[in-house]
Amino acid sequence: MTIPEAKLVCRNVWKLFGAEAEEFLVSHDGHPDTDAIAAAGLVGAVRQVDLDVHEGEIFVIMGLSGSGKSTLVRLMSRLIEPTGGDVLFKGENLLKASQSRMIEIRRHQMGMVFQHFALLPHLTVLDNVAFPLDIQGMDRAAREARAREMIELVGLAGKESAFPRQLSGGQQQRVGIARSLAVEPEIWFLDEPFSALDPLIRREMQDEFMRLQTKLHKTIVFITHDFDEAIRLADRIAIMKDGEIVQAGTPEEIVLTPATSYVAEFTRNVARAKVIRTRSLMKDAQGDEENGARISARANIAEAAPLFLDGAPHLGVTDDDGRVIGRLDREAVVSLMLQG
Amino acid sequence: MAMSGAPLLEPETAQVSRRPSRLPVAWLVAIAVFVTFWLYGKPLFPAAFDYPKAYVIKLAKWISSAMKWLINEASFGLFSFTDLTRFISAVLDVPYTLAASLLSTGFLEGSGSSAIQLLPPLPWIAVIGLVMLLGHWLGGMRLSLLAGGCFLFLAVFGQWTSAMITLASILVAAPLGVVFGLLFGVAAWRWHWVERMVMPLLDLMQTIPVFAYLVPVLFLFGFGPTAAVIATLIFATPPMTRISILSLRAVPSEITDLGHMVGCTERQMTWRVMVPAARESLMVGMNQVIMLSLNMVIIASMIGAGGLGFDVLAALRRLDFGAGLEAGFAIVALAIAMDRLSQAAAEKLSAPSPDTQASGLVARHPYLVAALALLIATTALGYVIPGIRTYPEALQLSTGTFWSEVVAWININYFDTLEAIKNAMLINVLIPFKRFLGDLPWLGVTVFLGFAGYRLGGWRLGLLTLCLPLFIAATGQWEKAMITVYLCGISALFASLIGIPVGIIAATRDRLWSWVQLAIDTLQTLPSFVYLMPAVMLFRVGDFTAMIAVVAFAIAPAIRYTALGIRKVDPKLIEASRAMGCTEWQILTRVRLKLALPEILLGLNQTIMFALSMLVITALVGTRDLGQEVYIALTKADTGRGLVAGLSIAAIAIIADRLISAGASRARHRLGLE
Repeated sequence: MTIPEAKLVCRNVWKLFGAEAEEFLVSHDGHPDTDAIAAAGLVGAVRQVDLDVHEGEIFVIMGLSGSGKSTLVRLMSRLIEPTGGDVLFKGENLLKASQSRMIEIRRHQMGMVFQHFALLPHLTVLDNVAFPLDIQGMDRAAREARAREMIELVGLAGKESAFPRQLSGGQQQRVGIARSLAVEPEIWFLDEPFSALDPLIRREMQDEFMRLQTKLHKTIVFITHDFDEAIRLADRIAIMKDGEIVQAGTPEEIVLTPATSYVAEFTRNVARAKVIRTRSLMKDAQGDEENGARISARANIAEAAPLFLDGAPHLGVTDDDGRVIGRLDREAVVSLMLQG
Repeated sequence: MAMSGAPLLEPETAQVSRRPSRLPVAWLVAIAVFVTFWLYGKPLFPAAFDYPKAYVIKLAKWISSAMKWLINEASFGLFSFTDLTRFISAVLDVPYTLAASLLSTGFLEGSGSSAIQLLPPLPWIAVIGLVMLLGHWLGGMRLSLLAGGCFLFLAVFGQWTSAMITLASILVAAPLGVVFGLLFGVAAWRWHWVERMVMPLLDLMQTIPVFAYLVPVLFLFGFGPTAAVIATLIFATPPMTRISILSLRAVPSEITDLGHMVGCTERQMTWRVMVPAARESLMVGMNQVIMLSLNMVIIASMIGAGGLGFDVLAALRRLDFGAGLEAGFAIVALAIAMDRLSQAAAEKLSAPSPDTQASGLVARHPYLVAALALLIATTALGYVIPGIRTYPEALQLSTGTFWSEVVAWININYFDTLEAIKNAMLINVLIPFKRFLGDLPWLGVTVFLGFAGYRLGGWRLGLLTLCLPLFIAATGQWEKAMITVYLCGISALFASLIGIPVGIIAATRDRLWSWVQLAIDTLQTLPSFVYLMPAVMLFRVGDFTAMIAVVAFAIAPAIRYTALGIRKVDPKLIEASRAMGCTEWQILTRVRLKLALPEILLGLNQTIMFALSMLVITALVGTRDLGQEVYIALTKADTGRGLVAGLSIAAIAIIADRLISAGASRARHRLGLE
């Protein structure tokens, strides 16, 4: 497997709230422990975060309220100034970028979707979506054409002249999504985009989001407090607690080998069959798999299970090019399904 | 909830005192010491009772000479200070003259009685028509009729010319107040150091009585409508600044984040994101500025604003109640029209309007076209039919004599009763209280206030409440300040005694509350001057009259805060109490009033602030307090004297405000509401 290029890298990123936090961090060589932070009267919102977000992946940061996940995503775009560490975006250290360089980067390479939509109440849907382009100084005809395209993309065609307050929550967030995509960002931040929506709408928006991603292949940082949502959408997940990342990995790794009891609390009720991929459960091929039914190594066990209904003892597991790379035994699937 | 922004933990808030209530020993000791000192200390420490004359700081004199220096000598190199004030006057005079010419005087050539009218002012019918069109555009037929009716009232009762002069001043002052207030607000929002400079200034300006503004303005800018506009601006800008800061701060942090994420420059951030996002609350500020401008333009008649305020003032001086009441009613009509119009404007302009697809000038701008047509038609017709240009005198009604007769009738028939009430109050309540306060040792009061501040809000507050009374004493105003405290205190007491029960009764009855609310809303839109007229009519001049006017003015916040506090109590709690078998009386006394206590305290605070601001105006009816001091300073254009007295009133206001706020916040902590 080729290792994709890292688009966004956080190295030892800290955010401490309180007086003289920066001096404090320097005096502790950039690695103060919890007690020292408390003793200095500081609040560690984000502590010692190392992570890299790869080109084209959905990187989900999951944590409960107060875990620092919203602060972290704002450190990545420097909406909040980090107390220490480096944030590299395409190899450029954002923390060293000048004010005008930052404006340049945000205007053309970053997009963000907000939990409460952050639509400007005095602008129509069209003007809201065109707003980032207007700020860049694009002329009216060009920006409106682009905005209409985006509105079409998120399925809001016909609502161009409505005002935000006339739309439902789901529709408002579609506007937010269209707006953030209008500038064709290279990195797309979504800060709990669906948390303020009703469960049914949330589900629908998640599907919509996946549909967009298969089309657009953006590099995505997605914040959520909903573990199921994280499992559903993520290529990789980072779980945060008290400002620290307690575990990062694929949904599978996290469900199969939770690093701490805190993570295990989340994974306990997850149906493993929906998370674990056939690749992880397969055994070496024995040569007779060519004849029977086959399944992709990317599929999860829940998708593979129905293929055993006709009594086959095993399935052939294939890679992306259709070559058989292993076999999935009936017993292994049954025992996993029975575990829940 | 997602974590957004900085979680600023204050270490103190976590450990609110939860100790069981015990006897307030410290308070009892302090009171005992104070009383002992008051009763027996005089022979020992005479200086603690009468501030020694030799140590009086001559602040008033210093300020006055500083002002004289400003006027006569100060210079910025290229131009002198006087040039600057003249320049400001000249600049403001342009829009004022334009507005006044349009509405009232017509465009003149030359000056004085030899002036020739080049163009007549707008016909009265045109003005009423414009107001009605505006009302229709902003709020439909009802508003149109209300606003038109109010203006028609002005014409029918012969107040047109004065009212239009008043209106002209407001038309100049209010927009400028909104613009300046917004600019200051934006600056304070954007640069922290500006905010740190502006906020204390705003606090101070809010507590300095309006009269005190007039003195330096009179001194620097002279007597006349332009100076009045400047005074109005100075008065109306701070609240707009404050509202701007608050509404910009109330913009959700996500919106600010959005602005940054799309790469706004600072300027784009301010004008494309923040100000539009805060539009709704900024519009509320606009309404306030208009109403405050009206209030101030009326008061500024003392420095030559003319108009309705001058009519009231002149009538007060002549004790011509009929004329005074008529002008008073005209002010009320103008106030109601402006309040409702600007409220509707706030609502209309903060809601986005859908694009109109209509084409053609008439279809797209029907109101504009109608207004133009109206102007042209009435102006043209005005040359033919004079009754269109100016309201025909034959059709004017004057109620002046009627009101004078009513007053005469009341005085003939009820003079003894009214006099008896007044005297009984004076002899049994007012004078004893005044004597009591007058006897208190200044040093004892100062120390006691310092102690109270320390107990309620820590050493900072203690220091403040120690220094402010010291300032009053040291500038030689203790006696007058005590008279202010006495009048203010007794008025606030009566306002609370009436207002709080009314609030309690109205709070739980929805229909009654909506009526009471309408009444106090209307009362609050009335300029403070208006309150003097009826009080003087019935009781002539003196402390009692002043008290009646102050109580009438200050009762609104007492009612409002009490009712709001009670209505804010969680209905689940009421349900729970009912489920536990509380009687209605128990629910009121044990649940509602307890939980509404902090609100009621804030209401008391506001009542005191209102009382103080009104008290100064009652100097016109012959009180002898700091307000009178300011008034005298105004007539003599003695800036130092006026400012020092004004600052002393501000000091009293600040002491009361801070002590009560600290008390209210402690109460909130204790009740777990914070």
